[in-house]
Amino acid sequence: MNKIRDFWNLVGPIFTILLIITAIWYASAVWLNSAWAYDKAKRANVSISFSEMVSDTMIQEKPLLPSPHQVIKEIYKTTVLKKVTSKRSLIWHGWITLSATLLGFAFGTALGIILAVGIVFSKSMDMSVMPWVITSQTIPILAIAPMIIVVLNAVGVSGLLPKAIISMYLSFFPVVVGMVKGLRSPDQMQLDQMRTWSAPKTTSFWKLRLPSSMPYLFASLKIGVAASLVGAIVGELPTGAVAGLGARLLAGSYYGQTIQIWSALICAAILAASLVAIIGVIERITLRKMGIQI
Amino acid sequence: MNESVISANDLSLTFETNDGPVHALQDINLDIEKGEFVSFIGPSGCGKTTLLRVIADLETPTKGVVKVNDMSASQARMERAYGYVFQAAGLYPWRTIGGNIKLPLEIMGYDKLEQKERVTQVLELVELSGFDKKFPWQLSGGMQQRASIARALAFDADILLMDEPFGALDEIVRDHLNEQLLKLWATTKKTIGFVTHSIPEAVFLSSKIVVMSPRPGRISKIINSNLPSDRTLEIRDSKEFLDIASQVRDELRKGSSDE
Repeated sequence: MNKIRDFWNLVGPIFTILLIITAIWYASAVWLNSAWAYDKAKRANVSISFSEMVSDTMIQEKPLLPSPHQVIKEIYKTTVLKKVTSKRSLIWHGWITLSATLLGFAFGTALGIILAVGIVFSKSMDMSVMPWVITSQTIPILAIAPMIIVVLNAVGVSGLLPKAIISMYLSFFPVVVGMVKGLRSPDQMQLDQMRTWSAPKTTSFWKLRLPSSMPYLFASLKIGVAASLVGAIVGELPTGAVAGLGARLLAGSYYGQTIQIWSALICAAILAASLVAIIGVIERITLRKMGIQI
Repeated sequence: MNESVISANDLSLTFETNDGPVHALQDINLDIEKGEFVSFIGPSGCGKTTLLRVIADLETPTKGVVKVNDMSASQARMERAYGYVFQAAGLYPWRTIGGNIKLPLEIMGYDKLEQKERVTQVLELVELSGFDKKFPWQLSGGMQQRASIARALAFDADILLMDEPFGALDEIVRDHLNEQLLKLWATTKKTIGFVTHSIPEAVFLSSKIVVMSPRPGRISKIINSNLPSDRTLEIRDSKEFLDIASQVRDELRKGSSDE
């Protein structure tokens, strides 16, 4: 009896929120698509009842806002029913975006950690690099992404790498900020203690600063991986929409295929959530192995 | 004549702050002989912690010199001449108790086998045998502080500097640890510098009590204790103990009366 209640306490709120979102979504779909339904009826010189209007808003081909079941159907059609090698498979597009995301995330994490170590150990790097790091994030990524693609294309680099670089551009920032904070998190007493053992700087880095920074690193990685995905999608937009979730978004918007846009959006969201969740699991395992109480 | 392991000559330390100079230490002259237990006592701001930090080369004096084992303080630090116990245990949460004690040994390059032997040995000294696999959060505050003392004892330093190590603990635990510390002093024969603001603690532990007063931080009196070395907590009711305690108290009162 208690087990059922515990389960409900856990799942109940999630389920309720999901229900509310779905209800709002359906209501919005009816509201937004009704204009087109009435318009169609007017041109056909027929008058339609409210229930006829509602059922029409659910089945439009290019609705302003597709209803949830239309999106789910489209996702089902383009994932389960299509071969993964097909150009119409969302899994194929998703993989293309994912590979750029992961490569960019790896680059971004490496760059972020290297910069953070430099900033923590060198006063002049702290003064000179940090402002540029911050400036880099004030430039809209949509403005700079085409430049990167064009410039790299001119020197013969195309395909995965330019997208990964845009991805890196977005994901290194949270890692720098988090790691600088993390590497500086040991307090004065802990640093003094290292001094009493006359430990070299490298030793106090490996044995004190780096382990202390782990919780900060993982928090940054979670933001970084989501930013990486955004970067990869943005990187797919100016390439002429060849492949990837970004290409699906762009192609969908060219032809007014709102259902396609929404299914790509939902897939991107699911992908981002899964990536963050995977990092969460790695975080748990690592910190537990280190003996840190979460 | 005993050899002096720590000696300070005309030592002064002034901090430059936005509100003008602060004379943390002024004209300190002190000799600590081998095997002594020296307490530094005084109100807050008297520079007792600063003096200990100068001896440990964590602060640099603006005037005068400190010699530790006939070396300059910084040389002595490089030679790892002392173990230092801070106010907080400062154990690394990602290391076990054994791992924490090994930390200075790893840094100093002791081999694996010796590290293991020493961990067992010092854990026995602080009565924490069998706790080497536990993580710090699994231990009480008093046990954590004992582990941090064990860590300071693990390597071959014959000087132990302690900065209010029991300040954050309750009185019962404190009494117990004081007794343990005396036993430890007797077995290891280390020279101990101990900062405290508790009169009974200072009198109970020390062979020499350095009373300090603030603004500027200076030594107002050095009291030698002739209590027997094998003392137990009961000695605190003896006349000799109370005499010394009242001497210390009078001196502390004098130091702060000019405020």
